[in-house]
Amino acid sequence: MKQIKLSLIALTISVASGSVFAQSQPPLKVGMMLPYSGTFAALGNAIDNGFQLYVKEQGGKLAGREITYIKVDDESEPSKATDNINKLIKRDNVDVVIGTVHSGVAMAMAKVAKESGTTLIIPNAGADAITGPMCAKNIFRSSFTNGQPGIAMGEVAAKKGYKTAMTVTWKYAAGEESVKGFKEGFEKGGGKVTKELTLPFPGVEFQALLTEVAAAKPDVVYSFFAGGGAVKFVKDYAAAGLNKTIPLVGPGFLTDGTLEAQGEAAQGMLTALHYGDNLNIKRDNDFRLAYAKQYKLQPDVYAVQGYDAAQMLAVGLNATKGDISKKDEFAKAVRVAKIDSPRGVFTISRAHNPVQDFYLRQVVGKENKIIGVASKSLSDPARGCNMQ
Amino acid sequence: MKKSQIIFLTFLMLGLIALPFLGSEYAIDWMTKTMIYGIFALSLELLVGTTGLVCFGQAAFFGIGAYAVVKLSADIDNPQVMYLLPISILLAGVYALFVGALSLRTKGVYFIMVTLAFAQMAYYVIHDTPIGGGTDGIYLYNKPAFFNIPISSSFEFYIFTLICLLLVFGVLGLITHSRFGRALSGIRINELRMRAIGFETYNYKLAAFVISGMIAGLSGYLFAVKDGFVNPELLSWHLSGAVLIMIILGGLGHLRGAFIGAFAFALLEEFFRSEVIFGAYSKYWHLGLGLTIILCVAFLPRGLFGIPALLQNKLIGSKKDSQVLQNEEGL
Amino acid sequence: MDLSTFFIQTLNAVQYGLLLFLVAAGLTLIFGIMGVINLAHGSFYMMGSYLAFAISPVVSESFGGGLISTLIIGVLIAIVIGYILEWLFYSYLYERDHLQQVLMTYGLILVIEEIRSILVGDDVHGVPIPQWLSASIQLSDVMTYPVYRLFISGVCILLAIAMFLILSKTKLGMMIRAGSVNREMIQSLGVNIKFLYRIVFAMGIAIAALAGMVAAPVSSVYPGMGQGVLIICFVIVVIGGIGSIKGAFIASLLIGFIDTFGKVLLPEVAGVLVYIFMAMILLWKPSGLFKAGS
Repeated sequence: MKQIKLSLIALTISVASGSVFAQSQPPLKVGMMLPYSGTFAALGNAIDNGFQLYVKEQGGKLAGREITYIKVDDESEPSKATDNINKLIKRDNVDVVIGTVHSGVAMAMAKVAKESGTTLIIPNAGADAITGPMCAKNIFRSSFTNGQPGIAMGEVAAKKGYKTAMTVTWKYAAGEESVKGFKEGFEKGGGKVTKELTLPFPGVEFQALLTEVAAAKPDVVYSFFAGGGAVKFVKDYAAAGLNKTIPLVGPGFLTDGTLEAQGEAAQGMLTALHYGDNLNIKRDNDFRLAYAKQYKLQPDVYAVQGYDAAQMLAVGLNATKGDISKKDEFAKAVRVAKIDSPRGVFTISRAHNPVQDFYLRQVVGKENKIIGVASKSLSDPARGCNMQ
Repeated sequence: MKKSQIIFLTFLMLGLIALPFLGSEYAIDWMTKTMIYGIFALSLELLVGTTGLVCFGQAAFFGIGAYAVVKLSADIDNPQVMYLLPISILLAGVYALFVGALSLRTKGVYFIMVTLAFAQMAYYVIHDTPIGGGTDGIYLYNKPAFFNIPISSSFEFYIFTLICLLLVFGVLGLITHSRFGRALSGIRINELRMRAIGFETYNYKLAAFVISGMIAGLSGYLFAVKDGFVNPELLSWHLSGAVLIMIILGGLGHLRGAFIGAFAFALLEEFFRSEVIFGAYSKYWHLGLGLTIILCVAFLPRGLFGIPALLQNKLIGSKKDSQVLQNEEGL
Repeated sequence: MDLSTFFIQTLNAVQYGLLLFLVAAGLTLIFGIMGVINLAHGSFYMMGSYLAFAISPVVSESFGGGLISTLIIGVLIAIVIGYILEWLFYSYLYERDHLQQVLMTYGLILVIEEIRSILVGDDVHGVPIPQWLSASIQLSDVMTYPVYRLFISGVCILLAIAMFLILSKTKLGMMIRAGSVNREMIQSLGVNIKFLYRIVFAMGIAIAALAGMVAAPVSSVYPGMGQGVLIICFVIVVIGGIGSIKGAFIASLLIGFIDTFGKVLLPEVAGVLVYIFMAMILLWKPSGLFKAGS
């Protein structure tokens, strides 16, 4: 009896010490700062889902380190952004921050991350400044810059033979940068943007602007709106009868996640985005199946961006064997990586932004069907970034 | 000074001075932010608590102070506190002069609405025109230094803010105890009587409005430098509402009340947002905050400051009540 | 700007102004009669929109009703909610000073927004325009004007006329107008003030909710939609004169024009124009354009 007891104790001790030794590194704390409430809540949740799906597929560990999450709802409020990210970095001592959707919030986050050196991966916010003057070796983006979809759409519009265009958007960084991108692509192809209409964010009284469009009669209208604004604008545009004579185009955000609400009004619209609904590559099919099984929802571009943020984190962690403090090696590894994303394979620019294909999509029914490639391997200009 | 005031100030000073040596960097940052809100609340206290003018647009002066320092330091390599701080305060004061001169011609609820409208005007100028840099906000790239002494680390900035807070307390204390301050209280209690005695109440009110605006501008400057980032929401009426709540929460009529209110408000927000206590419901923290505001205004008319008196009233009796109401002013 | 564009913009301005009037009318009544500053009024506009979104599928499934039935049922629900809210919450505000009212109704906004978030979530929703109203009128060779917007203007005008008739021709209206001028007097004359307040409050809320319901198909249903309307409506009430329906009507139309044409002609300062206008009016007439009760 005594012998059995002794050996049992010995067994327990060795197993316990074995597991202590096996756990060579503590868990990696990932701070998720996303809009879990408010107009962008669906986007925040999609990003969260996508990120966690990838980690789950790797068994809950990246580079041998278990991933634990600390979530903060940023409410898409730039005024609270600094406080929120400080909470994650200084109070909760996270190793990595993932976020966010709203560019204003992301800008505040980038500033704090740049100063503190904490690794930040941005799964949506496309503000040019973040991979421009604010670029840093510890800041990465898995989504796009605001100008990219615009450039792609501009090139397509010029190729289609449109000569004059008007733009309509909110007067904020994302809108202005998107329009600037369109102008660049369109005018390079021989077109001319005759007037740029704006209204203050987040206003949705478009009637006055639509009347102006009707009076000026351009060949095409490019507009950027997201969320509720996108729904209303597309509907108003159709209600004013403009969609019959002046085609409306825009970046994919105009029609992503909004088709249910837009219904008839959006049919036939052309948009450019780095993702679409019938890509039909194996990586995407597997991803969509896994996502639907896990969350009982269809994934969208935001989910893909979250998924890819996790992939980028994994690439860096694998290169540094799980040591998040080795910022230079982390950055170098990500810089040369080829990320096998559901959107296709993409690489990273010197400012840490994806270099990717932009697809041309058309709204058919409740889907954004990919009908071609708008722009191949589009990089971002990264103006003002002095990283190599 | 009364004994209770001395005790409060001593404990406050000791606590605030000790914190940066004992607390984590997060705690220091949090306390700095609370002190900034404290200065902001103190500015409004002069207007609402002492002079009886309910201003619903205080955030405009806060925001102007904040944007001033950001825009003025934009292209300078070595920005200096010595001139950036006074200019930010001055700009806020100029707008306060403009708003006050026009709004003080109205009374009562119209005054509340007009101050709100002028704050909205400033908000839209920042939000929509190129002056403000748009809805996403702008960065402050270089933090102003005091001659050669940098004020950029958490610790240094905390000390700087603490000094500002004490100075503001001191200045406001002097004001409220001066003849000028007594006149303001008189205006609050019965303006007609003050005019009958011969006071030009409009000038007094305008002066109070401008001083209050300048102090709010100071708090805005501090906020901008601390975060390194400003956005138009700093001028929104939500912030004007929040600072009103702070001073009511703390207790109108007392400078200490303003600081207590700012502190309590910050604590309440932390409390309701904490997942430890509320779990999944912490994302609905506005609900708890809203209910607290309603209950507090309904049942604590003299704010947290009035709780000791309230308890004393319930337990002992209300003999001193009427005296308490009239004498307990100032600090 | 050519004539047809000007005409269309005028239609836009009128429609926007009329919609604002519906919300502002309730606000000025509550403000004028009961002396309560109700910051939460915008939330009732939002509540109306969400009601429309929530009950229109139920209405069409259970008895095949369309827009009109949705509106009627929605208004009834709003009246009930208004009645309960007045009884539970607002009746305690009458005796308090303005600062306390401002803060308590501000707290109420937070509570309502979160309850909405808990009950319905935070997504943006669309409400479909009913078939019989979804046509468009050809106004120029490129632009058509949606019939539904004319419908909105029509509903607003009908309500305005109804309000005018009730206020000037009925006994209830007389009591309301008298109450907005001198509360104590009508109380001493034997009018049941509590009942009167409750009715006025419920009506004010119902009108705002109706505005939200009618506007829902064109403005989408999203969180925070009440906030934008709220501030503008306060400006309207102050310009028009607290407690004056006529003032609210004229001020709403003025604001509708300034806002619409401002956006087109001077887009950068459009937001500020409204407030400059208000400041000018108040300097000329510190109590607004019209007196209470008119």
